[in-house]
Amino acid sequence: MTTRKLIAALLASAAMATAAQAADLRIGLQEDPDALDTAQARTFVGRIVFESLCDKLVNIAPDQSFTPELATSWAWSDDGMKLVMQLRTDATFHDGTPFDAAAVVANIERSKTLPESRRKSELASVESVAATGTHEVTFTLSKPDATLIAQLSDRAGMMVSPTAAAEKGLELANSPVCSGPYKFVERIAQDRIVLEKFAEHYNADNYHFDRLIFLPIPDTTVRLANLRSGDLDMLERLAPSDVAGVKADSALKFESAVSQGYQGITVNVNNGPRSETPFGKDKRVRQALSLAIDREVVNQVVFEGVYAPGNQPFPPTSPWYDATNPVPARDVEKAKALLAEAGVDRISIEMQAANNPVQLQLMQVIQSMVAEAGIDISIQATEFASMLEQQTQGNYQSTQVGWSGRTDPDGNIHSFVTCGGGLNDSKFCSETVDTLLNEARTSTDPAVRKAKYDEAGKILSDELPIIYLYHQTWLWAMSNKIDGFTPYPDGMIRLAGVKKAE
Amino acid sequence: MTRFILHRILISIPTLILVSMFVFGLQKLLPGDPVLAMAGEERDPAVIELLREKYRLNDPIPMQYLYWVGGVLQGDLGTSLRTGEPVLNLIAQKLPVTIQLAIMSMIFAFLIGVPAGILSSVRKGTWVDYIANVVALSGLSIPNFWLGIMMILLVSVNLGWLPASGYESPWVDPWRSFQTMLMPAFVLGTGLAAALMRHTRSSMLGVLQSDYVRTARAKGLAERKVILKHAFRNAVLPIVTLSALLFGELLAGAVLTEQIFTIPGFGKLIVDAVFNRDYAVVQGVVLCTAAGFILMNLIADVLYVLLNPRLRTAQ
Repeated sequence: MTTRKLIAALLASAAMATAAQAADLRIGLQEDPDALDTAQARTFVGRIVFESLCDKLVNIAPDQSFTPELATSWAWSDDGMKLVMQLRTDATFHDGTPFDAAAVVANIERSKTLPESRRKSELASVESVAATGTHEVTFTLSKPDATLIAQLSDRAGMMVSPTAAAEKGLELANSPVCSGPYKFVERIAQDRIVLEKFAEHYNADNYHFDRLIFLPIPDTTVRLANLRSGDLDMLERLAPSDVAGVKADSALKFESAVSQGYQGITVNVNNGPRSETPFGKDKRVRQALSLAIDREVVNQVVFEGVYAPGNQPFPPTSPWYDATNPVPARDVEKAKALLAEAGVDRISIEMQAANNPVQLQLMQVIQSMVAEAGIDISIQATEFASMLEQQTQGNYQSTQVGWSGRTDPDGNIHSFVTCGGGLNDSKFCSETVDTLLNEARTSTDPAVRKAKYDEAGKILSDELPIIYLYHQTWLWAMSNKIDGFTPYPDGMIRLAGVKKAE
Repeated sequence: MTRFILHRILISIPTLILVSMFVFGLQKLLPGDPVLAMAGEERDPAVIELLREKYRLNDPIPMQYLYWVGGVLQGDLGTSLRTGEPVLNLIAQKLPVTIQLAIMSMIFAFLIGVPAGILSSVRKGTWVDYIANVVALSGLSIPNFWLGIMMILLVSVNLGWLPASGYESPWVDPWRSFQTMLMPAFVLGTGLAAALMRHTRSSMLGVLQSDYVRTARAKGLAERKVILKHAFRNAVLPIVTLSALLFGELLAGAVLTEQIFTIPGFGKLIVDAVFNRDYAVVQGVVLCTAAGFILMNLIADVLYVLLNPRLRTAQ
């Protein structure tokens, strides 16, 4: 009798387990996220988790225009010094704290004052923020800043519960409390992050999973094997070499979106004594290198044709791309002529590249292309952290490196090429470019901004402190049971409306 | 016996101190600033300076070492630079995972290696011996990461028998925990099994030639009894020593195996920590590993004395 009862209980629990699993979504991530506190976080992969965990003031549409999320509408003052936002009245934090103007003020102040905050530079233009109604906030700026809306559509605009933040301090990272459609359950470092549905979310009806399980699986082959064996429902950052296989597999679906970021070659033009080479000092040598590269062939050979060739900080799919300055075709003769003009016959260049098979393959293809024009690249495979350090210290001639990209164009260009820019490792410096880029960030009129970026872009395409090569494409693979997934250029996984067929 | 153990424990202390100094020194020689590694592509100078101060990275290296050792003596291994979690918690969380993997791999290694070694020594020069040798050689020469990926493709993707990767705690779901560990333990175990097989074989061959085995056979004892009771018991000593040494290999192998099968254990902890320049974690993990290694060798020595009565009088 007891045995029979035990079996019955076991069967019942097994049935329950299956039922629970049916509403789980298991997502394979390429890395383990860092701290899960929107103020302290700094990794791309962490933002994927935040997308389901934390609502933001502003969201973006697939075309990168801004859409309401916690803020229902917003308006700039005429001088661009004040931003007034109206807020949702039906949002609540996971701990029951109501979402209101005071919560926004507390969040912005936390991001601006917490010593460990990584959001300070993103919110640098915000002088003060005040609750001008129960559900209205007013940002007062120290200088006009058109990039602010984009910042508020990312981590700087993600709202954590002020009650939990005050209570937990830095510990908030270990048990985050936000107001998103899913709430935090548990995290086992390097193994999994589990979220469960937040039933009181204002848009709960549109979220169809009971639990989300994020599993960091760094090896791309193993990540895909997990999807094929049914241990995952979806994965991000599929390897380009696996795209054909996934497309051919009827059990799987493939989605992609050109990213907001870029990959290129950063040249040391003015960062210490190592810039004293013809490559660093003579723009004609850099132009020659750029012209000797066939970007389309690079894309086909190294990336199976799934990425996008590029020549600007914005991808050709971006509204900020300057169509009058298209990706240059390869021209070896012109490259040779430019080298001759610069007074060099053959030139040797040292180039750092991240020590992984794909980046090194890229470098080898480029190496053989530019050799035909008379440029000999010696590739220095360097581990990523060391590479960045060398670059910051000026201990390099050139580096193959990139940037994950930002929604606002300013985030892809300003700090890399302005004279005092925090990420300007080439130490390129031009008064005209500085003026143009500084003006572009202050105007709230997109047409005015576009004109200034185009003008700065023309100078940069001539000077080439950064030789842009290609734009990564976000690649997702998922079970064909998943329906309703929309790819976004920011690489995030937005789950509103996404369903899994039984 | 107690004196012997105490003596061994005492002389392991200077070893540990040396290890800690080595790890600390070597790490500082690694290129790549930990704070820059933490900052990733977003490098805010103010935050970087603050973190340097906070983790005392601006102090001279000997001071940093003393500060760290002071903490260790009080049971504080510091906190992870990346996630802010205490290193002791991380180790407590990851160590059982790797121990589970190690035990299951060892079981595989013994189940395969020892019988295969006995069999091939008894059937020396026959096809059984040749096959066992070929299999053992393959076990030693096939890299773990390749075998791992092939196993995942075959067993999980094509046959759908086992989960492809990941981990479940045995306290939460013992069956799934066993399932997830099976493939990695097998992959890790095969290399060890090969080494065990070769050692068992040569050790058995030596013993089988000895006079007392001939005497036992002459007495008319069953062959089974001669081999298992008389020969194997004496052949087992070098295998015990080897097992303790294999423990080190097991930890090294776990680094790769855990990476492939995405098992959140000790090996994965240290690899990720090295790449993120998470000094505190690397130091803590290496110190624990060294202590574990010393402990395993101590156990092997004690077992040796227990198994070999001659050593007891020699003390």
